[in-house]
Amino acid sequence: MATKHSRAAARLMISPAVLLLLGWMIVPLAMTLYFSFQRYNLLMPGMEEWIGLANYQYFLTDPAFFDALINTLLLVGGVLVITIIGGIFLALLLDQPFFGQGVVRILVIAPFFVMPTVSSLVWKNMFLNPVNGLFAHAAKALGLQPYDFFAQAPLASIIGIVSWQWLPFATLILLTALQSLDQEQLEAAEMDGAGPLSRFFYIMVPHLARAITVVILIQTIFLLSVFAEILVTTNGGPGTSSTNLTYLIYAQSLLQFDVGGGSAGGVVAIVLANIVAIFLMRMIGKNLEA
Amino acid sequence: MGSITLEKVQKIYGNVEVIPGIDLTINDGEFVVFVGPSGCGKSTLLRLIAGLEDVSGGTLKIDGRDVTDIAPAKRGLAMVFQSYALYPHMSVRKNIAFPLKMAGVDKAEQDRKVEAAAKVLNLTPYLDRRPGQLSGGQRQRVAIGRAIVREPSAFLFDEPLSNLDAALRVNMRLEISELHQSLKTTMIYVTHDQVEAMTMADKIVVLQAGNVEQVGSPLELYRTPRNRFVAGFIGSPKMNFVEGEEAARHGAYAIGVRPEHLALSKESGQWKGTVGVSEHLGSDTFCYVHVDGIGTLNVRTSGEVSVHHGDTVYLTPSEANIHRFDKDGMALR
Repeated sequence: MATKHSRAAARLMISPAVLLLLGWMIVPLAMTLYFSFQRYNLLMPGMEEWIGLANYQYFLTDPAFFDALINTLLLVGGVLVITIIGGIFLALLLDQPFFGQGVVRILVIAPFFVMPTVSSLVWKNMFLNPVNGLFAHAAKALGLQPYDFFAQAPLASIIGIVSWQWLPFATLILLTALQSLDQEQLEAAEMDGAGPLSRFFYIMVPHLARAITVVILIQTIFLLSVFAEILVTTNGGPGTSSTNLTYLIYAQSLLQFDVGGGSAGGVVAIVLANIVAIFLMRMIGKNLEA
Repeated sequence: MGSITLEKVQKIYGNVEVIPGIDLTINDGEFVVFVGPSGCGKSTLLRLIAGLEDVSGGTLKIDGRDVTDIAPAKRGLAMVFQSYALYPHMSVRKNIAFPLKMAGVDKAEQDRKVEAAAKVLNLTPYLDRRPGQLSGGQRQRVAIGRAIVREPSAFLFDEPLSNLDAALRVNMRLEISELHQSLKTTMIYVTHDQVEAMTMADKIVVLQAGNVEQVGSPLELYRTPRNRFVAGFIGSPKMNFVEGEEAARHGAYAIGVRPEHLALSKESGQWKGTVGVSEHLGSDTFCYVHVDGIGTLNVRTSGEVSVHHGDTVYLTPSEANIHRFDKDGMALR
């Protein structure tokens, strides 16, 4: 952007895109806000009326809300921990020279290309199913009682499925970061008397800090809205034990036909997502500065 | 406390012999420079000594102790890398203290040693900065500081000045030489720059294709090169080589005359030629003179001499300083 003239031209040219995106965001947001103050149930058409904050009151005092909030945080946190620790470990392995490196790297990335509904169904029916699943067969072969994953540990099972999907993403980002590490730094550390563990914690981990930050931020955005995996496996159950906020809003508006309550839930979710974002940026945002 | 002995040290990558087998003795307190063209194996040799590469054959001894299969950190050597290899996320203080921390030295002792090293290297005002906030020369000094605090038995330098600009390079060259004078520790220095080799070394090791061509003091190599390669590599500008009739007259396959051993005259002399290019440096003038039947000769004269393109000049070699070589490029004495 060299001159005033080119700056003005750039602003002019970029404005349609900015306006379109702004409209795309503002209109649904305004409608959600508007509906959240209405009594608006699809089973009672023509009965819409202004009810103030009553929707919020019902949504926030619903016992399912607190469960969903905890589940959402557990889901996001659990998947982040698994994918980052697992991702660093896999990236370290894939960074080593070995035969068939290229093929293995592509295979590792593969789960990321499988749609969430598909992979969840595969997990549900072929692995975790207590009768026909692979794990059930393995348990029976060992003479053990098959474990009914979705009944006994529904949230943990979903965390497992989602982690399986996101592990490749974390691995890929961390692997590229690891490859950009100057080998001479590692050699210098070796000369300085640092063993493998010291080299990992003093040289590699600080180098990976920025990549880890990127992984956390991007994954958090997507993990807050995990939905398909829950819908096709547990339907949020048993009870509310695997319901997250996104799923609760879906249940409110489309299973109970309460559009007003669902909208209030949506607004609450927006506020909570922003709180999470502020905390994240406070904690790790400094890693992204030059 | 820092003599290094190499006995038939070999390095083989796959089926490529990078270093076919080197015997070399480096005495305690010596400043040894490995010099040679790119790809001659000088950096590989340094990395073998450091322990960053595995030796394929032969033995390596430090102070008489066989260290061939010992981990780099246990050899008691410190290395300064070409890229400096500073840890970018640590302050200068932490960078310098890192080897001490790894060795489990207590905090107060660490601080004392870091302060002392920083004082020697004029880094005290920069101790709390990150490497990214330092200039090239300062980073270089931090890298040296990190090497000094370990009190190694020998320092290894891998082309440490090649990323610096010309003026800074001269400065750092002096600083490293002075450091050697004050520490009296063995230093091994790898460079492709023969000026650095000549100015800094107690002993120069000239390498070509993984072989030691000659070992000696700078002036020894300058005065009595063992072969044509060393003769051409040491000395700046390069030695002129003449083959054929003129060489046969001296009873050799080829003769070599350094530019500074040719006298230039406008009136009379042994060889007659025309000036192609003259480079006026102020203190010196280098003339590229085309001589019929011999080729182009580079002549060094004083800066006062004024010759220009197309001038006819006469050259006379100083008979005492003619180097004679046989057909295989070995010097005849």
